[in-house]
Amino acid sequence: MQYLTGDYLVTYHRSVTDDDRVFKALADPTRRFLLDRLFKRDGRTLTELESGLEMTRFGVMKHLRVLEDANLVVTRRSGREKLHFLNPVPIRLIHDRWIDKYTEHRVAALADLKHELEESA
Amino acid sequence: MTTLTAQTPQVYNVFIRATPEQIWDAITKSEFTQQYFYGARIDVRGDRRFSAIGELEWDDEVLESDPPRKLVHGWVSGYDSDMAAEEASRVTWEIEAQDGGITKLTVVHDQLEGAPKTAENVAGGWMYILSGLKTLLETGKPLAG
Repeated sequence: MQYLTGDYLVTYHRSVTDDDRVFKALADPTRRFLLDRLFKRDGRTLTELESGLEMTRFGVMKHLRVLEDANLVVTRRSGREKLHFLNPVPIRLIHDRWIDKYTEHRVAALADLKHELEESA
Repeated sequence: MTTLTAQTPQVYNVFIRATPEQIWDAITKSEFTQQYFYGARIDVRGDRRFSAIGELEWDDEVLESDPPRKLVHGWVSGYDSDMAAEEASRVTWEIEAQDGGITKLTVVHDQLEGAPKTAENVAGGWMYILSGLKTLLETGKPLAG
């Protein structure tokens, strides 16, 4: 099938699997909690991230691995420590490629309406 | 992102179906940057990185240049007078070829201690820029809007 349609489908297919990983990573409350923690303060160690979570260190590591595979978390070494950073780019990509496509006109219409109502108020 | 502290480096990462050379050109030549970098015309020449948006023009120091793998430069937010008064921070672009014609681009914006307003301002901006860069290189067209 992919041979018949050329590179376009292959490219499309890859971006779809990237999106799949992001949606899958986000479909879990612990992983969303970890992202929220990094949003509040970025660049944390595993020890900081696991504090207050009723879960083994191994369990937290597994969740972080899923977030890293989805590219939602990026790690950098700083001296002896491995720091975890929130990478919001994949969420932005989904926003730009999917959500914008369907909501652009409606959101623009609502923004215009809001503007008009506020002008006349 | 008001809760971001200025001391924390910001790290962004995107995988792009393009060669390292294409990414290098896209971040160092204005013919590309004006299509995804908030319309900014950015040119890296020698040890300076020149930026222009509309009538505003400024330039930053290039600290390290290793085409097409690594570019490190100073960052002053010349597009806003309040932020432009802050101390210079630092931006590092790392470009790494992966298997299958994919290249990993990492942007680290750090040394933000003397630039809290800039730190807050760029937090939303980088993901927009990197999303736009990926779209431009993969489709040949800028993001709509």
